[in-house]
Amino acid sequence: MLPTLLFSLNLEFNFFRMIKKTTVYLNNPSPSVDQVGIIDRIDRITSRSIKDETKLQGLKLALNMVDLTTLEGADTENKVRQLCNKAQHLHDAYPGLPTVAAVCVYPNFVKTAKQCLQGSGINVASVATAFPSGQSSLEVKLLDVKIATDAGAEEIDMVISRGKFHEGEYNFVFDEIATIKEACGKSRLKVILETGELGSFDKVRKASDIAIEAGADFIKTSTGKISPAATLPVTLVMLEAIKDHYYRTGIQVGMKPAGGISNSKLALQYLLLVKETLGKDWLTNQWFRFGASSLANDLLMQIVKQQTGVYQSKDYFSKD
Amino acid sequence: MSRLEILKTYKIYIGGKFPRTESGRFYTPKNGTTPLGNICLSSRKDFRNAVVAARGAFDGWSGATAYNRSQVLYRIAEMLEGRKAQFMDELMQQGSTKGAAEKEVHASIDRIIYYAGWCDKYTQLFSAVNPVATSHFNFTVPEPTGVVSVFAPEENSLIGLISTIIPVIASGNTCVVLASENKPLCAITFAEVINSSDVPGGVINILTGTRKELHSHMASHMDVNALFYTGNDKKEILEIKKLAVDNLKRVVVKDFVTIYSAEHDSPYYIEDFVEMKTTWHPIEKIGAAGSGY
Amino acid sequence: MTKKTIKINFDTGWDLAPAPESTSHIQLNEQYELFIGGKWVKPSSGKYFPTINPATEEKIAMVAEANEKDVDKAVKAARKAYTEVWSKMPASERAKYIYRIARLIQEKAREFAVIESMDGGKPIRESRDVDVPLAAAHFFYYAGWADKLDYAFPNRKPQSLGVAGQITPWNFPLLMAAWKIAPALATGNTVVLKPAETTSLTALKLAEIIQEAGLPDGVVNIITGAGETGAAIVNHNDIDKIAFTGSTGVGKIIQNAVAGTNKKVTLELGGKAANIIFEDAVLDQAVEGIINGIYFNQGHVCCAGSRLFVEESVYDIVLRKLKDRMESLIVGNPLDKNTDIGAINSKEQLTTINNYLKIGKSEGAEMYQSNCVVPKKGYWCKPTLFTNVSQSNRIVQEEIFGPVLAIQTFRTVAEVIEKANNTPFGLSAGVWTDKGSKLFNLSSQLKAGIIWGNTFNKFDPTSPFGGYKESGFGREGGLHGLKPYLKF
Repeated sequence: MLPTLLFSLNLEFNFFRMIKKTTVYLNNPSPSVDQVGIIDRIDRITSRSIKDETKLQGLKLALNMVDLTTLEGADTENKVRQLCNKAQHLHDAYPGLPTVAAVCVYPNFVKTAKQCLQGSGINVASVATAFPSGQSSLEVKLLDVKIATDAGAEEIDMVISRGKFHEGEYNFVFDEIATIKEACGKSRLKVILETGELGSFDKVRKASDIAIEAGADFIKTSTGKISPAATLPVTLVMLEAIKDHYYRTGIQVGMKPAGGISNSKLALQYLLLVKETLGKDWLTNQWFRFGASSLANDLLMQIVKQQTGVYQSKDYFSKD
Repeated sequence: MSRLEILKTYKIYIGGKFPRTESGRFYTPKNGTTPLGNICLSSRKDFRNAVVAARGAFDGWSGATAYNRSQVLYRIAEMLEGRKAQFMDELMQQGSTKGAAEKEVHASIDRIIYYAGWCDKYTQLFSAVNPVATSHFNFTVPEPTGVVSVFAPEENSLIGLISTIIPVIASGNTCVVLASENKPLCAITFAEVINSSDVPGGVINILTGTRKELHSHMASHMDVNALFYTGNDKKEILEIKKLAVDNLKRVVVKDFVTIYSAEHDSPYYIEDFVEMKTTWHPIEKIGAAGSGY
Repeated sequence: MTKKTIKINFDTGWDLAPAPESTSHIQLNEQYELFIGGKWVKPSSGKYFPTINPATEEKIAMVAEANEKDVDKAVKAARKAYTEVWSKMPASERAKYIYRIARLIQEKAREFAVIESMDGGKPIRESRDVDVPLAAAHFFYYAGWADKLDYAFPNRKPQSLGVAGQITPWNFPLLMAAWKIAPALATGNTVVLKPAETTSLTALKLAEIIQEAGLPDGVVNIITGAGETGAAIVNHNDIDKIAFTGSTGVGKIIQNAVAGTNKKVTLELGGKAANIIFEDAVLDQAVEGIINGIYFNQGHVCCAGSRLFVEESVYDIVLRKLKDRMESLIVGNPLDKNTDIGAINSKEQLTTINNYLKIGKSEGAEMYQSNCVVPKKGYWCKPTLFTNVSQSNRIVQEEIFGPVLAIQTFRTVAEVIEKANNTPFGLSAGVWTDKGSKLFNLSSQLKAGIIWGNTFNKFDPTSPFGGYKESGFGREGGLHGLKPYLKF
């Protein structure tokens, strides 16, 4: 009798402890998502026509939202320097272009990137927390974050523990994000859900809510290492989570689709989705980013095309 | 001394009860010169009360399982079988020969059995799963129309009554029936059968009286959804159709002259008093080819 | 407390530049005659009436006005075609003609879409993505039935009726013509069709296609005119079948007129659909469904979800999401690819709608409209919703046929079922819940011909469409849509 009682007391104790940390999340359980409805909505977005001045304005806005990214095993100091140079000199043949928002690298390149970008106004973002799989201990993840922030990263892109999420260990996921957020200090935290590994819109929504409630400054779709990466439907699901949180709290959370966005038309459709879902306050690189490597050049080509009326060739735009 | 026979009082049947007409009036139909009895001359108020009873019974009856409705109909046939002699007797009182009376009672029982079998089958016959070109599951099923006014055939007072009532209620409709004016005996006795057959009160309501007095109310009542007219009085049919327009009643007109023919054993009589309902629902397409995740 | 100050700002300063669909490739005559017996013939009265672009109030073309004589001519042509050609033709050949029509509509899809939007005011997005492709699909679907009727009705020996008189409304001019003509032809009938007088053009373009497809003369006759022309069709004594889509009022007049005849009738009439949102619904997609339910085609839809019922516990959030979503709806030039809500079909209809807005306000309801800008010229109505309404309000009871939503709350399933069914109409209903068993409960208890579960305003040629109660009878679409054109 006694051991059973103790056991149940113990359980209860744990239960309350868990609730304490995740109260906010549990008070607002995630709604489910209707996939067909989401697709219908996206169809309406993609059937919009974006042209003339709207297009030019949108292209420039999109360019300003790019996190220019290199996350390869083959990355070198030189490669990072070249990328940072590109970030500051997108296409000097055309003056008056905006810069990208940030350069996104592995932690060990943050120092290099910081040096290159000094005074440019372009942030350095670093992936951390055992990117891209997240399969490591919290200690290692925290150290990863510390290395990046110590080196001056203004933004940290962490990955959630998808395995734990699938196991239903939502409290674990929540607590991990909250702990990392604390470790980030002044750096802004982007939480990568890796939607391609979550398997359904319902789970994307749930992961979004957990990340938001745990303190994410941004939620981000993907690492870019898994397919599918960012899609318009998945982004809409995440924007809806941001919107509901905003309705409840008045607190803005940013959105970063990453991976698979390589052409301008698609980028503009993302912007339109943001415009019609969250409005003006999110149409700035403070609250919306594209994680992409080749998008910037396509945006540049389209901007030049819009201004000259002449279709462009890739040979005239620098690749770094 | 011979025993004095007890004569039967024929009353109408509303909401599972046997009231006299609220009007207190009667009429005396005759077989030749022999009076058949003092029959209730139902009024428009009786009809109104019957519609209230029918409407009240609709949700329960249409909401019952098809299997249950099927068994209740079967039970009517069982009860009728046990009272064959009485019905034959009444049919003969109304002028049938013994042979004709027997034939009519047997055919009536068999027809009920026939429709009892349809209760849990007609849905499959008239339903469809529709292969729409969008990501939705879409199906169409019949549902009972509601409360039905039934003008039972003037001739063949038993099988006519059964051939009109039974297909109407098989799908879950409830009805108010005006029995044969000149041969009403079987209709009331049939009400007694119904009353002892697990048919919920109000599902079938039977009035006696004249078409002349009641047809306009049966056609115009705004809480009646459909109307089943038998006969061929052109003037009356036109009048009924026009009166039915106000709430767009579904009007079915049949000339029941071939009452014994196999065409009256037909699920299409059930189909005449159902509405087709189509339901859509999205199909999530994740993990499928062309998935939108 | 902070709740009220939190507001999403949709004034982004990044507005979509106009993207009008080109009208250069369309071919329109200045004047249209009647299409009778395979030929274009002048109306016997010599009268024509203008068809107006409701977005510009400018005349597009003149259209012939058919009178009784013309109707008679058309019916005679249809009868001749029926007895001499169409009823004798092998069903498989009949099918091939109908397939041809489907293909020709697809080939000329863009032209049809542009003309439909010019003539009726609906956004090009809808005419291009909904009306025209569905019209083609309808012909394609029914074409295949022509030689398979014995399988649709086994052992019943289905036979055609003869000449069908068909009267279509102005809200989906081409699509409704397709809904009427395709099953009629597939079942072996010939047709006299009259489109609505404000939107005749796509039906007349369809006549051109029918000519181009080489259909035998008189199989399809298309005549134009207003109510009197329609009455002449209804009252013509050599017509076997009347198919009408339009208002319940006119439907009753027709039903009354044919009472003494043997004409078969199909009526597809008005509606006042309940769209029911439960607390456990997927709210964002439900809001999308509300928008699509009431603002699709300017609300000129008989099955529009014009009565919204929201469970009290989510009323505030649903209303808020709805209003925010309304802000991104673009009202304006129907030919602009970005337009969500086009022009009100006619001046008369705009007057009707505006009158209801007045009634709503005078009944004490609270009106809300989105902050969009509407063009100066033309007939426009901003997307509108009314709160603080109840079942007894006229704007809740009567079909407005405009972009006007009336919102009520409810607490229990029983209450909402009772309120939803508390109407003489019964065309459609929407139910939004994430719980399957609740959805099936509602879908079986709502008295309506179409139930949209977690979706709204979806249409398909394979899906039967039609109402309960005063929303009419008979079904259009699917296997069930064949029956009204057959005898057994």
